[in-house]
Amino acid sequence: MRRILVLVKHVPATERVKMDPETGTMVRKGLEMVINPLDLHAVEEAVRLKERSEGDLQSTAMTMGPAAAAEAIREAIAMGCDDGIHLCGRAFAGSDTWATAYALSQAVRRLGVIDLVLCGERATDGETGQVGPMVGTMLDIPVLTYVSGIEETEDGTLVVRRAIEGGHEVVASPLPALACVVKEMNEPRLPTLGGKIAAREAEIPTWGPKEIEADEGLLGLDGSPTRVVKVFYPTMARAGEIVSTEEISVEACVDRLLAFLARSSVVEERG
Amino acid sequence: MTGMARGIWVLGEERNGRIHTVSFELLAWGRGLADAVGETLTCVILGAAVTEQASSLIAHGADRVVAVSHPGLGVFLPDPHVRVLTRLVKEYEPEVLLASATTMGRTLMPILAARLHTGLTADCTGLEMEPAERLLLQSRPAIGGNVMATIKTPSHRPQMATVRPRSRNPLPRDAARRGEIIEERVDEEELASCVKRLGFEPDPTSEAPIEDADVVIAGGKGFKNAKGFAQTFEIATHLGGAVGASRPAVDQGWVGYAHQVGLSGKSVTPKLYMALGISGSANHVAGMSSAETVVAVNKDPEAGIFRIADFGIVGSLEDVVPVLLERLDRATHARSEGTPYA
Repeated sequence: MRRILVLVKHVPATERVKMDPETGTMVRKGLEMVINPLDLHAVEEAVRLKERSEGDLQSTAMTMGPAAAAEAIREAIAMGCDDGIHLCGRAFAGSDTWATAYALSQAVRRLGVIDLVLCGERATDGETGQVGPMVGTMLDIPVLTYVSGIEETEDGTLVVRRAIEGGHEVVASPLPALACVVKEMNEPRLPTLGGKIAAREAEIPTWGPKEIEADEGLLGLDGSPTRVVKVFYPTMARAGEIVSTEEISVEACVDRLLAFLARSSVVEERG
Repeated sequence: MTGMARGIWVLGEERNGRIHTVSFELLAWGRGLADAVGETLTCVILGAAVTEQASSLIAHGADRVVAVSHPGLGVFLPDPHVRVLTRLVKEYEPEVLLASATTMGRTLMPILAARLHTGLTADCTGLEMEPAERLLLQSRPAIGGNVMATIKTPSHRPQMATVRPRSRNPLPRDAARRGEIIEERVDEEELASCVKRLGFEPDPTSEAPIEDADVVIAGGKGFKNAKGFAQTFEIATHLGGAVGASRPAVDQGWVGYAHQVGLSGKSVTPKLYMALGISGSANHVAGMSSAETVVAVNKDPEAGIFRIADFGIVGSLEDVVPVLLERLDRATHARSEGTPYA
């Protein structure tokens, strides 16, 4: 049996983040958490590849995060993944992208032979897009980024389309490989009722540093090359000039807008 | 280890045989850092024919160019680039390495950081050299772009970061500037790649990608339908800009995903961003808050977009957009009639 692995992350549902009207800052209390929306495209692709394989492919979702992060794996199972693995434990807390990639790559190794690793382009909370390429590098397999299409040829070569500046590049890669997929790749399906039941009943093994045979000095905050110096709220306010069609005519509003554009010379004369 | 590393490096980029403008933007970032600690600024660049173009990098602020030219480096695969850069970084030991957050930079930098076992910060909007400890202070938006975080790499070298394209203007070209150009070799075995490029399909709709546009006219759900949204293209044509969109507009199918601005779409840093019928969710703002000038039209005076707008009209798009188009039409007409050679 061949195996495909999907890396997922549990993130705040940022669409529903509330802003404090007084300060213009985010209200963190009671944040709803979901599977990273961009990971859904990786999950969808894994499920499609599995369906095409006629039962010859096992799809496994993996995540690293606190206890609640197992929900991200359950969401992947609800969409059609077979099972999941959850890296969880104090030792992983405070990991930056390097330390996260180290832990995930150790866990992937522990699984044995993997044919393909899929992940989303980036997580909507950290927004770095670094963990995927780092995992592939640490596993010493080809890293394929910005993937918008995947096809496996008869001889076991992966042909992928990459959405890059100015168009699409087509490349061929041997397997195993790691692919970071972009949103345009597919339309993620909604979970079925059967999928939801499977997700609820699934037993998700929890792995700690011992199970993945990690060098503990390379995990968590201690293993992270980067440190956060400070977090601050930028002042978003601009000295805006606001006019209203309730107060002056539409024509006057538009003229004020055009005068503003001319004054700030942000638009070049065209003719 | 950290005591040995010296010098600020930026990674230039060649595209279709030409040095791409992001290389000059990076030199503007790097120049400030190098001057802050009295170090030299080096541009390392790999490509099919970069050596003969290296003097333009000196003219834009580099003290030194490390150029690696070979036809096999004309496309980014990424193994050959990774091998050559890993070798050069180990040999020269720079203390800082910056790249542009293009698809190449965003692929190459994490691979390099993983191999070199060092820290990497993505999409920085602010970079500063702390002179006492020679630490690169890397600031970037975090969690939806509402919070900023400053990050450092205390003991691993090089300190690596990417910056968004167009986040800074290149320094004026100074042809009198002098610098050193070092041509580095590339070995045949470094050029090997198990990933092969089969082809490239140019996308006609991405001819003017929104990330590169000086003017972005963006529409949101305030347009109510596809026909209404299509007016953004007309305004963009008049103002010489590209069309952006909020997530709801893309989800409605009024325009393709390539136009989506925000956390789940693209980040843009144009000179002018015009938000039409966009409320200004945290998600959207994360993709456009570094625009130089923001203009907004929205019927809701409480819309968040007005808090970051330099100019705003409170009014419905049905009222405002036709008048705006009529005025722009008239201006375009007047200009073309007054220009004998038009």
